Amino acid sequence: MTRTMISAPETARAGDVVEIKAMIAHPMETGYRVDATGKPIPRNIINRFECTYDGEVVFAADLHPAISANPFIAFSTIATRSGPISFTWTDDEGKTETASVEIQVE
Amino acid sequence: MRGWLSLLAIGLLLAAADSNAIEEQPKLSGLEFVSPETRSLQADDASNPGMLWVLRGEQLWQEPAGRSQASCASCHGEARQSMRGVALRYPAFDAGAGQPIDLKGRINRCRTDNQDAPALEHESEELLALTTYVAHQSRGMSVPPVEDERLRSVIEQGESLFRERIGQLDLSCAACHDDRWGQRLGSSPIPQAHPTAYPLYRLEWQTVGSLQRRLRNCMIGVRAEPFAYGSPEFIALELYLMQRAEGLPVETPGVRP
Repeated sequence: MTRTMISAPETARAGDVVEIKAMIAHPMETGYRVDATGKPIPRNIINRFECTYDGEVVFAADLHPAISANPFIAFSTIATRSGPISFTWTDDEGKTETASVEIQVE
Repeated sequence: MRGWLSLLAIGLLLAAADSNAIEEQPKLSGLEFVSPETRSLQADDASNPGMLWVLRGEQLWQEPAGRSQASCASCHGEARQSMRGVALRYPAFDAGAGQPIDLKGRINRCRTDNQDAPALEHESEELLALTTYVAHQSRGMSVPPVEDERLRSVIEQGESLFRERIGQLDLSCAACHDDRWGQRLGSSPIPQAHPTAYPLYRLEWQTVGSLQRRLRNCMIGVRAEPFAYGSPEFIALELYLMQRAEGLPVETPGVRP
């Protein structure tokens, strides 16, 4: 069961710079470690993060093995219109996790 | 005259050395010793990775478990009310078992006795999540004095463990955390070792861990054989640390380097 935490303002004025924070529970297994029997643990990291604002990509990142577990990404965007801010995380196993919040712009 | 003065000076020095007990010094949370960056991670729930465990604990609280198919919520209802202040009382004396028990142990006892479910492993994701969730309900509340007389001898045992020199480095907990807090061990500041933010997220672990995990780290650090998870020695140490931290607020989930 994956958990995500999003922080974004519920309301903003058009033109405001708003800060958005997104965190997801993920082991970010680097692929460089071995288990107790010496067998390599396969790499499993989130390799892609995307944020869309009312359908338009406003922030995206490629992630690499040096990023810690439970990656926390904070960025800002400009409030333009009311709509959903949606987040997508994709990991090496192909699993995709999504989350979404609504923002009201006056 | 000169002799008397130097005797007096030695006496004063001895008095100063004597007053090193933590009771006579300002109590500072471990949070006071971390970098501003780490502190800001803990300060905002949206950036505190420990909140992911609180979230998981909240889910588990509602989930039926074991043959009883009862969830924590079936008996205890809303944790926000029923679990408020509960973590402050632990470790507590468990009359049924005739010995003290810590919060993790209490949650597991509830599972085996009331839910008819298998006990959760020490340091398992589920047990840490539930413990973090329950302790989180006491965030901001101050640790009260221990009043249960049955715990006196346990506190004493905890204190003697705290002061006992162990391991190849021949160090006690007190040698660092009573006598040298504020100084550095290698490059790391030595805190006063208060347990009020546990379970907490350690950046080094990249996960939430228990106080016992932290204590085991310290024991391995001084090249001693660590006590087993759940051992009476650890419960006694946890209880001693808790009463030593009297008055400090609970921070769970804390964030530490």
